[in-house]
Amino acid sequence: MQTDSLSPAKTAAHQLPQLAHARNPGTGLDLDWVASVQANTSAIERRAATLPGRRSVKKAYQAAWLCKAISLIDLTTLSGDDTEGRVKRLCAKARQPVRADLLEALGMEGLTTAAICVYHEMVPTAVAALEGTNIPVAAVSTGFPAGLSPLKTRIAEIGESVRAGAREIDIVISRRHVLTQNWQALYDETRAMREACGEAHMKTILATGELGTLRNVARASLVCMMGGADFIKTSTGKESVNATLPVSLTMIRAIRDYEAATGFKVGYKPAGGISKAKDALTYLALMKDELGHPWLQPDLFRFGASSLLGDIERQLEHHVTGRYSAANRHAMG
Amino acid sequence: MTTREIFDAMSYGPAPESAAEAMAWLDKHDRRFGPFINGAFAAPGETFATKNPATGEELAQVTQSTGGDIAAAVAAARRAQPKWAKLAGHERAKYLYALARLVQKHSRLFATLETLDNGKPIRESRDIDIPLVARHFYYHAGLAQLLEAEQPGMEPQGVCGQIIPWNFPLLMLAWKVAPALAAGNTVVLKPAEYTSLTALLFAEISREAGLPKGVLNIVTGDGRTGAALVGADVDKIAFTGSTEVGRRIRQDTAGRGIALTLELGGKSPYIVFDDADLDSAVEGLVDAIWFNQGQVCCAGSRLLVQEGVAPRFHEKLKRRMDGLRMGDPLDKCIDIGAVVDPVQLETITRMVDANTEGETYRAATPVPSGCFYPPTLITGLSPAARLMQEEIFGPVLVSTTFRTPAEAVELANNTRYGLAASVWTENVNLALDMAPKVKAGVVWVNGTNMFDAAAGFGGIRESGFGREGGWEGLLAYLKPAGKAKPAVAIAPVAEPANPEATGLDRTAKLYIGGKQARPDGGYSRAVWSARGRLLGHAGIGNRKDIRNAVEAAHKASGWAKAPAHNRAQVIYYIAENLSARAEEFAARLQAMTGKPGKAEVEAAIRRLFTYAAWADKFDGAAKSVPLRGVALAMNEPVGVIGALCPDEAPLLGLVSLMGPAIAMGNAVVLVPSQAYPLAATDLYQVLDTSDVPAGVVNIVTGDPAELAKTLAGHLDVDAVWSFAGADLAKLIETESAANLKRTWIGGARDWTGPSGEGREFLRQATEVKTVWVPYGE
Repeated sequence: MQTDSLSPAKTAAHQLPQLAHARNPGTGLDLDWVASVQANTSAIERRAATLPGRRSVKKAYQAAWLCKAISLIDLTTLSGDDTEGRVKRLCAKARQPVRADLLEALGMEGLTTAAICVYHEMVPTAVAALEGTNIPVAAVSTGFPAGLSPLKTRIAEIGESVRAGAREIDIVISRRHVLTQNWQALYDETRAMREACGEAHMKTILATGELGTLRNVARASLVCMMGGADFIKTSTGKESVNATLPVSLTMIRAIRDYEAATGFKVGYKPAGGISKAKDALTYLALMKDELGHPWLQPDLFRFGASSLLGDIERQLEHHVTGRYSAANRHAMG
Repeated sequence: MTTREIFDAMSYGPAPESAAEAMAWLDKHDRRFGPFINGAFAAPGETFATKNPATGEELAQVTQSTGGDIAAAVAAARRAQPKWAKLAGHERAKYLYALARLVQKHSRLFATLETLDNGKPIRESRDIDIPLVARHFYYHAGLAQLLEAEQPGMEPQGVCGQIIPWNFPLLMLAWKVAPALAAGNTVVLKPAEYTSLTALLFAEISREAGLPKGVLNIVTGDGRTGAALVGADVDKIAFTGSTEVGRRIRQDTAGRGIALTLELGGKSPYIVFDDADLDSAVEGLVDAIWFNQGQVCCAGSRLLVQEGVAPRFHEKLKRRMDGLRMGDPLDKCIDIGAVVDPVQLETITRMVDANTEGETYRAATPVPSGCFYPPTLITGLSPAARLMQEEIFGPVLVSTTFRTPAEAVELANNTRYGLAASVWTENVNLALDMAPKVKAGVVWVNGTNMFDAAAGFGGIRESGFGREGGWEGLLAYLKPAGKAKPAVAIAPVAEPANPEATGLDRTAKLYIGGKQARPDGGYSRAVWSARGRLLGHAGIGNRKDIRNAVEAAHKASGWAKAPAHNRAQVIYYIAENLSARAEEFAARLQAMTGKPGKAEVEAAIRRLFTYAAWADKFDGAAKSVPLRGVALAMNEPVGVIGALCPDEAPLLGLVSLMGPAIAMGNAVVLVPSQAYPLAATDLYQVLDTSDVPAGVVNIVTGDPAELAKTLAGHLDVDAVWSFAGADLAKLIETESAANLKRTWIGGARDWTGPSGEGREFLRQATEVKTVWVPYGE
């Protein structure tokens, strides 16, 4: 079944400067394709379990990979007690994620995180705080995290955030559409949200911890890409289970299939639960092996993380000095 | 490269595991090893180099053990065996437990040494081989503990000669040594010439477990050493390796009355249906054919993919192949290591280069110079292509397509082998329908190369016989207690000087495919009563009669699929009809043997009841494997069994062989006692009236030696049992090598008592198929 899709002409103009590839315009909703998608949980789990043992990066390579991980972090604060002061502090950390002497020793001066991710109310503060950098501000939107406010309000919220200066919008999907296999509704909603995003890039948060099965994750990933997602993202960080390797494998396989069928590259953002440098390396190896080098750049891959950076900083100091580090030697975000 | 350059390139750097500890261990032994005999390393004799295949560098010199070394090792094992067997199970369990712990404590040393010697990636030796070794010893510590209570009336075989291959050097040692020691045997093990080092390290470490001297002996060397071990005074040979060598071992051990298990080659099908999770199936292939450079006997080396998804599947597969990283096996970031030896590399290269069919794709991944072969996919091959039939034992996958599940089964079974199979589908109905239909000892549903000590592993057809793992594996190292007595031959009653022929002539025929058939040769033999009265004639069957009987037996394949309840009903019905004619049968037995026959007929009726009872009660098992899922051990019929029946109980003996065979779903070709054939030929009338489907039971009278030769050499017979009086063991075991069918040479026994029936018979009538079904949504 085909429905109308965004015209390619319209999307061509919508490229951000950092974008090395055509933005995904979405396609019609192909229900036959959606129905044919399979995900064998046990096999996926077994593959995921061996991933950390199959790849290893050491010494200078590890340091470089960890710097890469920093460059891919959406440094995030999504708390009810966020204030302007808190957000400014985080933005400062995004500009200077690692102590200057360490970056100098590594020859990695100028390293920043990929973006700052905040609630709508904090967008203006973040935009102001990041002025003069090319670090975009991402706003979570559409009734984050549950996505159960009125559709009209959710759409309007996107527009508000874009107008406030957010260049990226992390929307949440309606989990109920997935759980009831109402792919048309999910597609229509995603399309409407993509329209509302305009030039801002849309990350669709699947809240995979609430979708029940990997098969649902795979199918929802595909429908979101058909609906024009620039990124598919695992979690809000508020579910009890967030990003996992099996979920990631499922979603990036969907990305690969989507690219094979349409030629469009869609980004991936695991969020929540990635707090160790070693985990970040595993994710990077996964992206490199399963999708390739383009997915090691911020236009196609992000970590949604808050505490990951701290662990990486300690590892980098260890690499530079040969001594195990301490948290208090690195600036707070 | 600077950090910035790596940051941009995001390449994997080197991540080598240190070989220092392993090298230090080799240095400690001055890099020269003698065989390990009677608890100590003997002085090295004539030696050969064992090399690191990734670099060609010599690691150590290893002794080419001589006949004298073998004799010394076997003598040491022989001396140690009675005391070892007499230990309480708990005592042996403690030793095995200690071995498991020691393997874990020295795990990195074992892993590194294994990778150095074999060329397999350190990830595999570290994460797969060595943990499985430890698990195997733990599990068998448990079997030793439980053995006395769970297997009463069984005793160890004695001294076991074990010969293992180079693809999983330490793991195959564990698979052989753990059950042998648990069961109370002592061992002389020969590792493969390319990969002796971890076995020698294990021998050294076994001393830390306090293993008594002589219980474990390791003799290194090449095929000559193996042949010497096969020829030595051992009670059992267990071999894992090529079908070619397995066949030779079968011939060399023929008639020597020693137990044999063979785990041989394969060309295992990997079946992908169009509703499978294709990405997971692709990943499965990485673990199937690019695990251990494809040097895996059960490798999913024959890809059968449903036509509609084949192009897409092959595309996905090629892309995945391109991502495989080849290189230094000690590198922790490597998928494909070195082929074990230049000789093996040459074999792989020659086989692939000789192929002119289909389309060959080599992974677009840099291939290091030296002993490396790239992941290769050959699509579009026909079943007749040599590469579809022959084991390559390298990282080469061959592929063809199918249209329907039935065609997938046909293609899967179109092979001389029967080791393993993988089935990929999201349809549980299809998966569970395929599992019994595929001819293999192991079936993995939506998975591949899953192994565990609790689950039996082993093949059928030319993949060998016997299982390793589980109770079924342990039983291969046990035998019924007591000394086996050879079957006693009874000569037919000779034609009397004054023959007495009375009454109407009754002509006994052969019974083939549910019909009475005249012998092809047109010869008959007179059967005289003990008192010299002519009782009738029995046809002298020949090889063509056997051929016809085997054909008829194969046509009765529906019997195996019939519900066990129905099979039971038929067997009860045979008993019922035999009972109705009990007096007649008793009289016939008396006339032939000169002894009262009533008791034998009654025992035969009881026996039929026993197997009618067993038909739906010889249950399989759900194994406790470390997996979210089940590993089902299913008792499947062997197929077509040829059985040479004993002389001493002409009716009861025959029924005692027919009963378990048909109860388990086999079809049989029975060769009755030559001295007293008429009880059997009378029985076909009973079978005829008992709803036994045509071909399930076939009876060919004649000279057991001649018929045994044809049966044992027949390539479409799956097992031959002999309880015939004549000593046919050498003949049968030699001939059986042709297709490596199972053989069972039974001795004299009390057919009326418990030794005439039961689990031993049922085990001979079945193959354990292990079906792995992981689940989870």
